[in-house]
Amino acid sequence: MFFQHLLNGIIVGGIYAMVALGYSMVYGVLQIVNWAHADVLMFATFIGLLLTTYLKMPVFAMVLLVALFASVLGMSVERVAYRPIKSGNRKMAVLVSALGMSTFLQNLAQLIFGSGTRQFKAIESKSFSFSGFTITNLQILILVVTSVMLLILYILVYRTKIGIAMRACSVSVDNAKLMGINTNLIISGTFGVGAFMAGVAGILIGVYYSAVYPTMGYLLGMKAFAAAILGGIGSIPGAVFGGFIIGTIESLGAGYISSAYRDAFAFFVMILILVVRPSGLMGAKHIDKV
Amino acid sequence: MSSVLEVKNLFVNYGVVPALRDVSFHVDEGETVALIGPNGAGKTTTMHTISGLLKPKSGEIEYCGKSIGGTESYKLVSAGISQVPEGRGIFPILTVAENIEIGAFLRKDKAEIKRDKDWVYELFPRLKERMKQISGTLSGGELQMLAMARALMARPKLLLLDEPSMGLAPVIVEDVFHIIRQINKERHTTILLVEQNAQMALTAANRAYIIEVGQIVREGNAKDLMNDSEIQKSYLGL
Repeated sequence: MFFQHLLNGIIVGGIYAMVALGYSMVYGVLQIVNWAHADVLMFATFIGLLLTTYLKMPVFAMVLLVALFASVLGMSVERVAYRPIKSGNRKMAVLVSALGMSTFLQNLAQLIFGSGTRQFKAIESKSFSFSGFTITNLQILILVVTSVMLLILYILVYRTKIGIAMRACSVSVDNAKLMGINTNLIISGTFGVGAFMAGVAGILIGVYYSAVYPTMGYLLGMKAFAAAILGGIGSIPGAVFGGFIIGTIESLGAGYISSAYRDAFAFFVMILILVVRPSGLMGAKHIDKV
Repeated sequence: MSSVLEVKNLFVNYGVVPALRDVSFHVDEGETVALIGPNGAGKTTTMHTISGLLKPKSGEIEYCGKSIGGTESYKLVSAGISQVPEGRGIFPILTVAENIEIGAFLRKDKAEIKRDKDWVYELFPRLKERMKQISGTLSGGELQMLAMARALMARPKLLLLDEPSMGLAPVIVEDVFHIIRQINKERHTTILLVEQNAQMALTAANRAYIIEVGQIVREGNAKDLMNDSEIQKSYLGL
């Protein structure tokens, strides 16, 4: 049983990790929490549902299109709700603007798609069992997609010039400008990349639980945010690691303690780790030099 | 000689507080010019306004005859202005090699980039030894060298140096200024240098301006200023 719970946890954890990366990367470059992130995910998932139901689009084409849609939506959120805010108590204003954007997207989704829960069946499910250990084709697909996405992101951030520019922006936007980097473009790209992964994650979670609804981003977003904080917000490996920890603990907790408290475990672990290590597991210890 | 940088009647405010009042100076091609003044005189403000991080309230900044006041910083880099910011502005999470790489961010000429890399590693052999190291682990002197190497990778026509001596031991300061002179001589790079350390700045510069509370109060040849009794008293501690 233990390995079954562990496997389930890793699968969900991978999805949390993909969502958490979006929070963490945006925080890295702008030091703000993009509260609309999970709602971009929800909106994109609805688009995926429509493409599958009405256009009968093949799965891979649908996922790609949804991810691109999410990117554009994510970048638009930055352009409309964050970039124009430049002065005053900027962080507080952006926080309020982000919450407003989140509510706006949820309500827009309710208006367009209705507030009910829709089923999402993109592939026929098959399960394979070996010695008391079950895995479905969908779970295998999620594992593969998650691994590929994380690998691509790793290459983008640590092996390309754009990645160097992103990391430079996360240290200091002003100094990055002095290197000739068009920082607005990099910030926009960071939102785009984060939302791209959120779009893919949205489809995976929507199909996995076969449920799509306008507030689906809330709890998922909260857990992914907890994962980002736990790993050390701003840290890319931290977000991935945090996602897997939250997913695994949630699954083990639900299996061995009580499934009624499934959602509480994630936050319990987050609080516990923050008490011991306030900057998260892999977060940089931040010291303001005077 | 034509003027690379010409600042005319520049006024800059922080909110309502005036930081620069009617500042005018010029830097000619191939020159090293120093802007000397105490803490809070407006030296860094001047630098940030030239490199586009701050917007002037009024006044002109001309670079090679074109007005650049308020242009986005990243566009000025491709035009040939590189800045080594105050406190060096190294990206501590990147390796030494990545920091040097990012200096050539806008350039596409791979073969030439390679040559410039070899050149800066020759100029700063310590950096070559530490190429793979995360740059947050470097010493102050090494960070200053890295910041200069990084700025040179953009092949600047005009190099802005903001307090290169800050926080460095006197021997290291000597090294840094030796290299500043070398860059000016070998590459004919025009240099604008901002310093509190008047002694060092005057040995490296052709001309200098003295700035106090946001205004230029003196200007002249570096040699003349060094022999001026008033300057000796207030800036050189003689």
